[in-house]
Amino acid sequence: MNAALEQSALTIGVAFIEATMRTATPLALAASGELVVERTGMINIGLEGIILTGAFASLVGATHGGIAAGFVAAAAGGMLIALLFALVTLWAHGDQIVTGMALTLLALGATGTLYRTAYGATGAALSIPTSGPMPIPILSRIPLLGPALFAQPPVAYAAIVVVLMLWWWLSRTHAGLALRAIGESPDAAEAAGIPVRRYRLGAALFGGVMGGLAGGALVLAQAGTFAEGMSAGRGFIAIAIVVLGRWSAIGVAFAALLFGSTTALQYLAQAIGLAVPYQLFLALPYALTLAALAGIGGRVTPPAVLAKIE
Amino acid sequence: MNRRSLLVAARALAIIVLVAAAVPILLELLGFAPPPALRALLVGSIGSFDALVSATLVRVTPLMLTGLAVAVAFRAGVFNIGAEGQLLTGAACAAAVGLAGRGSLPGAIALPFELIAGAIGGASWAAIAAVLRARFRVLEVISTILLNFIALYLVSYLVRGPLQEPLHIYPQSEALPADARLPRVIAGSRLHAGFPLAIATAMILWWYVRFTAGGFRLRVVGANPDAARSAGEIDVARMTIIAFLVSGALAGLAGAIEVTGVTFALYENISPGYGYTGIAVALLARLGPLAVIPSAMLFGALEAGATAMQRDAGVPSVVVSIAEAAIILGLVVLSRVSVVTGAGRRGSEREAPEGEDA
Repeated sequence: MNAALEQSALTIGVAFIEATMRTATPLALAASGELVVERTGMINIGLEGIILTGAFASLVGATHGGIAAGFVAAAAGGMLIALLFALVTLWAHGDQIVTGMALTLLALGATGTLYRTAYGATGAALSIPTSGPMPIPILSRIPLLGPALFAQPPVAYAAIVVVLMLWWWLSRTHAGLALRAIGESPDAAEAAGIPVRRYRLGAALFGGVMGGLAGGALVLAQAGTFAEGMSAGRGFIAIAIVVLGRWSAIGVAFAALLFGSTTALQYLAQAIGLAVPYQLFLALPYALTLAALAGIGGRVTPPAVLAKIE
Repeated sequence: MNRRSLLVAARALAIIVLVAAAVPILLELLGFAPPPALRALLVGSIGSFDALVSATLVRVTPLMLTGLAVAVAFRAGVFNIGAEGQLLTGAACAAAVGLAGRGSLPGAIALPFELIAGAIGGASWAAIAAVLRARFRVLEVISTILLNFIALYLVSYLVRGPLQEPLHIYPQSEALPADARLPRVIAGSRLHAGFPLAIATAMILWWYVRFTAGGFRLRVVGANPDAARSAGEIDVARMTIIAFLVSGALAGLAGAIEVTGVTFALYENISPGYGYTGIAVALLARLGPLAVIPSAMLFGALEAGATAMQRDAGVPSVVVSIAEAAIILGLVVLSRVSVVTGAGRRGSEREAPEGEDA
């Protein structure tokens, strides 16, 4: 291999890892939230709508108050949908799956309508501040891996911190233990004095914040713009990631990276000049999710009461 | 009609009235003048014979079939959210068969083949989710949604690849020959024979669910799989797969009817979300096949009216999704029994014995 070829192979490798991290970030954020939700025995299919709402809210926030305001708005938007979910399922005892579907539909309609009303049908000229890479001083100078891993937008580092804190919280704290107990047996937890509904409300809202931030990351650190329906199934992929990560925070992080890499394959194939229909790569993350779910089917243990409230 | 079903109908009606009352407020909040928007909505959906037949009923047809698809699945405890993808694969298969038979098959023969191909295409797509659930315990809520996205990209590939029109300019297939299309049932309108076909399908399904042993098994499996297995000696796994296949076939038929009755060619955007709206249709009908007919009429009118509202009053048509979501949420909150199984609030107990929640 001559030097020039070697250099371009390296560049492609760096681009691949960098793209993996970038696409994995929103997935890891959303899946971390859903992990906590599912650990209390609930499942929120409305995550797709939460991400979409977060994405739109971040657009509104960032146009008015910059990037930080964008992320705050994203978290608030996601939390609003999650609050609806909690009210309908925990207080009105609605079916979780149907409620989640309805909330996704609601988010699709509401963001689409508001976007077209506020920004016009085209919105193409829309430009918002985006969050650029924030290289970490020394680490980012490591050859090859440095620029790939340590020159990410801040939200990527935040995702890593969230995952680690979540792992610690779930496995090492009293409250984390209580939360997990609810998912295994809400009746026993209730009898032991754990306020089940309050925990579930908290979990749902946390899921909303994380899903909203995932939407914010999509807009502010990835696309740089909003498009109707831009969540494109990421909410459902995140739910699959929770299964693949076997309901553990660290597992979820690795599963998110796996899915980030399938999306990044697309760029890799383009760089190599592979003559394959581009739709194949677009469909790949969804197909691989299915394959992975089938691969681990029956060998994982979900929280005992998942989606079975009352 | 007994007292209970009257109550159910009254509640559904109350929710519709509430949502209808909320629409003008919503429009006002968004900064649109409600009167012209609402006028456009009504005129565009039921304001004239032409609007009713060519706009509303043409949309009601696929909604009836996807609504039935969802109703059959949910009845059996199968959360098929994949009607959209099954509709797309059905449409693709129907178009492929219709175009392949061009010049060799007379229309009278090609047409039934197209519809059957559509049903098989939809059923095969649903079969993937059925196998994943039966064999690998993959929750179908997730698998069917993922399959929707894959179907979308599959059609996107087909209309730019193997099925693209011969000039290779537009992302669409060649048009079906005139005799391989569904005939119009009202001259001068866009209403095609798919509409009476969908009505007939609803009636057959109603009769089947209500009066046959198979229909009884379907209902029992959905309501209480444990009892079905132990007391009724019903093969729950088999019934589940049958429900998947029938559901997929109905959605696939909807796709085939769109291709042969409305668009006459395969397009990427052949469905504006008929598969997803079908869920709302089925829930409002409380999973009753006959009730799917008026339910689909309501949503069809809503979507036809929304298109007119966007054209004539500048209100984005996606606003109907908000109304649809509000109707579903209203049903979920107000129904005292589970909208899904009709068997009390027991969440997804039906899935517990087989552990498909994973």
